[in-house]
Amino acid sequence: MSDNLSPIRTISTPAEGEAGKTGDWRSQTPKIDHGKCSQKDSCLLCWLYCPDGVISSSFPLEIDLTYCKGCGVCAEECPRKAIEMVDDK
Amino acid sequence: MATISVKQLPKTEHILPGTRSCAGCGLMLTYRHALKALDEGKTIVAVPASCMTVLHGVYPITPVKVVCINNPFAATGAAASGIVAGLNATGKTGYTVVAFAGDGGTYDIGIQALSGALERKVDFIYVCYDNEGYMNTGTQRSSASPLGAVTSTTPILAKLQHKKDMIRIVEAHDLPYIATGSPSFPFDLFDKVKFAKNVKGSRYIEVHAPCPPGWGFPNKDLVKMGKLAIEAGIHALFEIKEGRFSLTSRSLAIAKKGRKKTVADYIKGQTRFRKISPDHLAQLQDFTDKRWNELLERHFKDNP
Repeated sequence: MSDNLSPIRTISTPAEGEAGKTGDWRSQTPKIDHGKCSQKDSCLLCWLYCPDGVISSSFPLEIDLTYCKGCGVCAEECPRKAIEMVDDK
Repeated sequence: MATISVKQLPKTEHILPGTRSCAGCGLMLTYRHALKALDEGKTIVAVPASCMTVLHGVYPITPVKVVCINNPFAATGAAASGIVAGLNATGKTGYTVVAFAGDGGTYDIGIQALSGALERKVDFIYVCYDNEGYMNTGTQRSSASPLGAVTSTTPILAKLQHKKDMIRIVEAHDLPYIATGSPSFPFDLFDKVKFAKNVKGSRYIEVHAPCPPGWGFPNKDLVKMGKLAIEAGIHALFEIKEGRFSLTSRSLAIAKKGRKKTVADYIKGQTRFRKISPDHLAQLQDFTDKRWNELLERHFKDNP
């Protein structure tokens, strides 16, 4: 028996960007106005409602634009309207 | 204790960014918060062919850090039963087996395997994320699609039948815990999954997951649409613990204050209802009112 008959692993391993850099899907980009953001742990509605979990839970907020799909839920749900969706060129 | 603040939710994410789910996906938001309530290293997920398989990605990588078994469409209940039996046979304890299937894999194709597993009282959680159609394969009609919805298999007359009441079918199996949830109410969803984790026996959770491309509304309205469904009474948030029925979260608030939204408000923003006739709309409103009144009556009977 040769050594190259080792068992094939059929288990996927976790990694970022399984579908590629999903930020490419975006037609609008979220822009945060940190002055308008309450910067309070008790809010974080954008983090709570982001389907892809690409918004940081610490302040100042950061959005991972490599993977943000640009759905706009964060801008819609922000009670202070601190996030604006800007058209990509 | 019920979760009432964002601060109480675990900050760890169990799904890595860059998944295959659509922008503004209701399932993705559901899964994200449901996994927060479970123990990452001690959870095994069973997933049939569905949007969930797509989310779990293509070999050799996956965005989800929880162990998952992909099973055939009709076999979610059976696959979960097998995992539980395997864990028992090898003496592994402390694991939570969770099946995640869509409405197609629960209401239609998977109902036989689910009913079998529930009858055997298999120790697992079954989560049905109900997006009211076969969204992964192109928005075909399922028995969870509502009356008046245009789907790719009901394109001319729209759907002519009401949605099936899956909760009543599941309840007939006499489960210790049954609950409904919505990604628009993550605290409620988190609490229910967390509670279900510590119950012995078969548990069933049904989540109403809005689907922007399938229902025809803008991605940004995901959370609003989920809330509107609760406020109009299309879907209700409740739990049934050992037969005791209680409305929860927003549904409980509406039970006390009265419903302000109508079905017409709910369907307005969705293009799948573009062909609904006034007669069907009235029927859908009647159906919704009847069901909501039954739930209200049950809530006040069990919680005097």
